[in-house]
Amino acid sequence: MNTRDMVYVALFAAVVAVLGLFPPIVLPVVAVPITAQSLGVMVAGSVLGARRGGLAILLFLILVAVGVPILAGGRGGFGVLLGPGGGFLLSWPIAAFLIGLMVERNWRRLNIVVAFLINVIGGILFVYACGVPWVAVFAEIGLGKALIGSLGFIPGDLVKAAIAALVAVTLKRAYPIIEVRQSPAAE
Amino acid sequence: MTLGLYVHRETPIHRVPAAVKVLTLVAAGVGVFLVPNPLWLVPALAAVVGLMVLARVPLGETLRQLRPVAVLIVVIFLVHGWFTSWTLGFLVVLRFAVLLLLALLVTFTTRISEMIEVLERGFRPLAVFGVNPEKLSLMLSLTLRFIPLLFEKFQEIREAQRARGLDRNILALLMPLLIKTLKMAGDLTDAIDARGYDPDRKPTDR
Repeated sequence: MNTRDMVYVALFAAVVAVLGLFPPIVLPVVAVPITAQSLGVMVAGSVLGARRGGLAILLFLILVAVGVPILAGGRGGFGVLLGPGGGFLLSWPIAAFLIGLMVERNWRRLNIVVAFLINVIGGILFVYACGVPWVAVFAEIGLGKALIGSLGFIPGDLVKAAIAALVAVTLKRAYPIIEVRQSPAAE
Repeated sequence: MTLGLYVHRETPIHRVPAAVKVLTLVAAGVGVFLVPNPLWLVPALAAVVGLMVLARVPLGETLRQLRPVAVLIVVIFLVHGWFTSWTLGFLVVLRFAVLLLLALLVTFTTRISEMIEVLERGFRPLAVFGVNPEKLSLMLSLTLRFIPLLFEKFQEIREAQRARGLDRNILALLMPLLIKTLKMAGDLTDAIDARGYDPDRKPTDR
């Protein structure tokens, strides 16, 4: 990693933190209030690519764990990672990595549809595949009940995937970062 | 703007080294799942509450931190009550309560700088796998420094977009923030490089 990569990682971790300080937006169509923080996970992967995107989210989680109150709602500390929602949070770095990997692989033909699908797979399917069993095991409720309890957040997450896709496609045109990285000099 | 939940008090708990606290937390995380008799969790919970009183943690902030997770825990308790048994629900809630309160106690009584130090020491063995603890500390301090700065930028963007009636449009807030961040990253990289920072320098080169 060169200096530029480190700065991208550090600043995107800060962006994700800022998105959590912002009060949740209640969308008119979907009643569930959505926080912009998991949107940050999708955006980090989509914009920075696999390695830097994953690291940015990992850095963010490290800061949450040591007690910086930057998780949505001003929460922080080890407790949030040990709590019922811990599985969702711990899946985030891998989710950002996966999204980044898929974006890098499909960079040439990245359009809004492809980017949306990538964010749905990495940012919703994968995250729920980690988070729901965690709730089920830690709370000792069945997998089915844990899943039903999580379904309310899906509409909001779909909106976020769409926004992340728009961001990915716009920034690919306006401020491409991933392609620069593909030159052999950059590591 | 100060970041961190640490509250300074002169108590024995505050003086316990951060490493000990973190290890206790890890041990407790395993322990609550291994207790042979769930009733043992009751004195454990009382002990944690006792320690919180001893450390004089702020009550208001404690409640504020616990509110979101409390809702979830009540739901889990009710689900158990209806579908499995109240006893199991009680056990699960006790487990969460012990862990969450202990973690909160550690968070309230340990400075972020101390926690980061412990973390860096913990990461040192990972150098074998290519993890560079010095790069990690630079990134941690950069992030901590830039959270207030980016928050300020975000507020500016919000006000500008409010004038256009766009302050509820997530995209109209997020895109300028990201572009600003990327530009800032470019400048910051140049500034760091201009000062001769070499991320791959071995500590022995000094």
